[in-house]
Amino acid sequence: MRVSTVTISEVTFAADLSGALFWEEQRLLVVSDLHLEKGSSFAARGVLLPPYDTLATLSRLAAAISRHDPRTVIALGDSFHDRTAHERLSSDNRDAVAALQTGRDWIWISGNHDPMLPSDLGGAVADEVAIGPITFRHEPTGACGEIAGHLHPKARVSARGRFMERRCFASDGMRAVMPAFGAYAGGLNIRDVAFAKIFPKNGFIAHLLGDRRVHAIAASRCS
Amino acid sequence: MSDCSAARRGGQHPSTKPPSRLTCHGVTRRILKPRAETPALLPERFNAWFAARGWSPRTHQLALLEKAREDRSALLIAPTGAGKTLAGFLPTLVELSLQPIERETSEKKSLVSTGRSVQRSGGLHTLYISPLKALAVDIARNLERPIAEMGLPIKVETRTGDTPVSRRQRQRRYPPDVLLTTPEQLALLLSSDDAPFLFASLKRIVLDELHALVTSKRGDLLSLGLARLWRLAPQMRAIGLSATVAEPDQLARFLVPQPDGKETAADIVVAGGAAPPEVEMLDTRERLPWAGHSARHALPEIYELIKANKTTLVFVNTRSQAEMLFQNLWSMNDDGLAIALHHGSLDVSQRRKVEDAMSAGKLRGVVCTSSLDLGVDWGDVDLVVNIGAPKGSSRLMQRIGRANHRLDEASRAVLVPANRFEVLECHVAIDAIAENAQDTPPLRKGGLDVLAQHVLGCACGEPFLSDDLYAEVRTAAPYADLSRPDFDDVVDFVASGGYALKTYERFARIKQDKEGRWRVANPKVRQSYRMNVGTIVEDDMLKVRLVRSRGGGHGKAGGSTGVIARGGRLLGEIEEAFIEGLSPGDTFVFSGEVVRYETLVEDQVYVSRAHDKDPKVPSYMGGKFPLSTYLAERVRRLLDDARAWRGLPEQVRDWLSLQKDVSSVPAVRELLVESFPRANKHYIVCYPFEGRLAHQTLGMLLTRRLERARARPLGFVANEYAVAIWALGDLSSMIRNGRIDLNALFDPDMLGDDLEAWLAESALMKRTFRNCAIISGLITRRHTGEEKSRRQVLFSTDLVYDVLRKHQADHVLLRAARADAATGLLDLRRLSDMLMRIHGRITHRELDRVSPLAVPVMLEIGRESVYGEAADELLAEAADELVKEAMDRSG
Repeated sequence: MRVSTVTISEVTFAADLSGALFWEEQRLLVVSDLHLEKGSSFAARGVLLPPYDTLATLSRLAAAISRHDPRTVIALGDSFHDRTAHERLSSDNRDAVAALQTGRDWIWISGNHDPMLPSDLGGAVADEVAIGPITFRHEPTGACGEIAGHLHPKARVSARGRFMERRCFASDGMRAVMPAFGAYAGGLNIRDVAFAKIFPKNGFIAHLLGDRRVHAIAASRCS
Repeated sequence: MSDCSAARRGGQHPSTKPPSRLTCHGVTRRILKPRAETPALLPERFNAWFAARGWSPRTHQLALLEKAREDRSALLIAPTGAGKTLAGFLPTLVELSLQPIERETSEKKSLVSTGRSVQRSGGLHTLYISPLKALAVDIARNLERPIAEMGLPIKVETRTGDTPVSRRQRQRRYPPDVLLTTPEQLALLLSSDDAPFLFASLKRIVLDELHALVTSKRGDLLSLGLARLWRLAPQMRAIGLSATVAEPDQLARFLVPQPDGKETAADIVVAGGAAPPEVEMLDTRERLPWAGHSARHALPEIYELIKANKTTLVFVNTRSQAEMLFQNLWSMNDDGLAIALHHGSLDVSQRRKVEDAMSAGKLRGVVCTSSLDLGVDWGDVDLVVNIGAPKGSSRLMQRIGRANHRLDEASRAVLVPANRFEVLECHVAIDAIAENAQDTPPLRKGGLDVLAQHVLGCACGEPFLSDDLYAEVRTAAPYADLSRPDFDDVVDFVASGGYALKTYERFARIKQDKEGRWRVANPKVRQSYRMNVGTIVEDDMLKVRLVRSRGGGHGKAGGSTGVIARGGRLLGEIEEAFIEGLSPGDTFVFSGEVVRYETLVEDQVYVSRAHDKDPKVPSYMGGKFPLSTYLAERVRRLLDDARAWRGLPEQVRDWLSLQKDVSSVPAVRELLVESFPRANKHYIVCYPFEGRLAHQTLGMLLTRRLERARARPLGFVANEYAVAIWALGDLSSMIRNGRIDLNALFDPDMLGDDLEAWLAESALMKRTFRNCAIISGLITRRHTGEEKSRRQVLFSTDLVYDVLRKHQADHVLLRAARADAATGLLDLRRLSDMLMRIHGRITHRELDRVSPLAVPVMLEIGRESVYGEAADELLAEAADELVKEAMDRSG
């Protein structure tokens, strides 16, 4: 399989089709915005979405982990859809999280949806993590070397009356915003003004998650 | 003249069918017996009224009175202009006029407070249901006249989405005798606590334009409402009013409760006697186009037709065609003829203005879409012009009927084919009309998503037991075959989502009490039901504004920092789905001019004036209705019978003869497949004649298979008659040397795994699922107390579809969506029938160039949207542009 890469501050990451980034030298895997238990969060408000989103998200995460066998996993914030979401985790899913954590370091970075992460989930909790030139935090600030999430970038490419819309990494080589990993996490079009604030000049590249590979397309080419 | 007209005295009276006993489905039904004298049917007051107007009641009007007297439900099949509506209301008017004394006492409809509960007396006598709220309002107006002129003590009111809340409340407390409303409002009334009071006294329900209602999910909803009414008011009888349909016996089942395991139907009354219509095809002096749908070649001739007649209705198949034709007609309107435009995207008030001008006889022509297929009669229309493909014979006959204001005079219509294939379609449609051959679709099987909405509605009213509701629902004809497991799954879905993983019990929307009766869990559920009732899921529309271009080269999109002046003149509204397929810089036709797509901000599309002559992206999205199976069959027969070509225009005859010489003309049961090279690509074109929707699905599946055969397909295009696929691989030689086996390629087994794999990602399937999710109430169109900006998406139903499909593939909503796919956007049933039909009957012609028959569909390439599997290819193409751009810059 062809490996697609995203370079941030001269560090090269492998872009996984699932929406994860892998830093080979550090054996570090990053995923963002898992939004676990989003389904049950809506159910509590009367919208009975299928209760399989947590299972679906964790299965994809397990597959990404087994592909790369990372030493460290960073969950880049909004891992849980709301403050009490972790209490609604089924015991099976709780066990699945524990299994994923076995034999590796696990860092939960807190996000706006899950600012108060409990300690009984395994792994460490942090607001941000810096490794070499790279800083991992949930909400993007536009700083150099920053890898963030929060915005759920997606991009749309149109041609001849057809269009494809996919989640994507957004990066200009100095900083990146990761796609949401969660099964029910929606997306924000990269043409939204929120992205222009983070990538100030010369535009940026959208790395779209295709079916078989990641496609790098100029943001200005997307619609 | 109003729709409530009756035949003029001395004119030809339409006759009903001769007396006979018909047996069908083992049920004996009585067809109208002629009566020597009928004075007792119509009270003196009514006879006098008819006489004073110089009318006499028509036979079918009396027939319905007789059905009412015999306490029978009846289906009246009558052409437009037959006084159908008055026929439907006469039994009610007569009954109410005959009970003055009894009514004096019951006049004291009262609301008496008895502490906690409220005691009331007096409810509705007659309900009238129409598919259009405008129609309900018009009918009310038309009923007022006979009521006033005869001095009948009858109160008639309408209730639609536009009725003010205060009046709606009053109607529930002090109901009128006759209430005119829509299927959605009926559902709302049935879900209220007042339902038993309102409907217990109901004597009659009149269902107008029944043929139109029953073909959609609104018909499902209405049938469930009827089932509820039969329980609340067992004495209620139904009168259905319908245009001519293919299976009247099936339609008549809709009107009576279906007993367990048997079929039963209402009596049928046929208003005959209408003169057969005079229909001809425009014999154009111009050259017939190979493709396209604009009929631009015939514009001067269409204009002449309008000029030569008093009032002409010009029907087209799509909104954009209507826009274009209207603009073009005005550009040549040297005589200043009053020509107006009418279609569904126009503002309601503007439509009403056109309709009023029309009734006042002020217009010479109206260019319209199916927006005028239904509705009140407009008197003096003396010609109907139908542009483009007729699609179906019944549909065309109903349109032509719009030109019929007197039954004893023939309606006149001219069909204008826009291309050569449409000539064939028009030709067979004229034959079909001459034979009065109907091709309306069969009665629907009720949707499970609609049932879910109804179950929730029931729980909002009085609590129910599952056994009782199951029995009640099955009295509705579309749900007569509903299985108990399906019903239970739907109830389970309404309660807690119907998931195998039982985690939502505590969030249940409806709950069972100790006796096992279901009721809503909390008032918010009821409120949410009320705000989301109905089965019409509208396309998301965006406002189109004209601004000045920000310059920039051809097709070059500005960066994300591009600034566009806000504001701009409002041109109208356009489907969001269409805009989604565009890139900034693409040009298309809107409101009669070629515009360039600039950007999308919130729900506003900004476009600038383009100076191109031809748009880059066609806005013809195809009509809503595909070519009917029946007409398709006739077109195939026509092609197969060279002697019958004599009736065709010379240009078309020559075209077909040439095809016969260089390739072959498909025989009735076979499928012709041609292969040929063209400009470094290789094509196959096949001619199933099964309509655009089925062809799109076929094209998707064939491309998948060709990909697997390593033929490297690039895309395909589908129209009503044919599918063309192009590839990099040499298709002709692959077929020759057996690497592609055509029988295997078209094997019906493509509807197995290939279809499943495609459905997983099909945008059409996802849209189908979304509709089911909305109708069933899984997600809501409107939230209570939440005003979300429309583009702020909380979650995407596409993601929900993906997850549900993977984790509970047999979930009731997925079953509902698959059932829709069989007949809806994917037209799977028709595709499957076709594949069975042609199995082992494929004729292959290897050609060195495009054949005459293939030209039309080949011309669609670049005009119609191009489909292909290959999401990755499309993205890779865009990615390559980036590489090229980078190279250019460095070079």
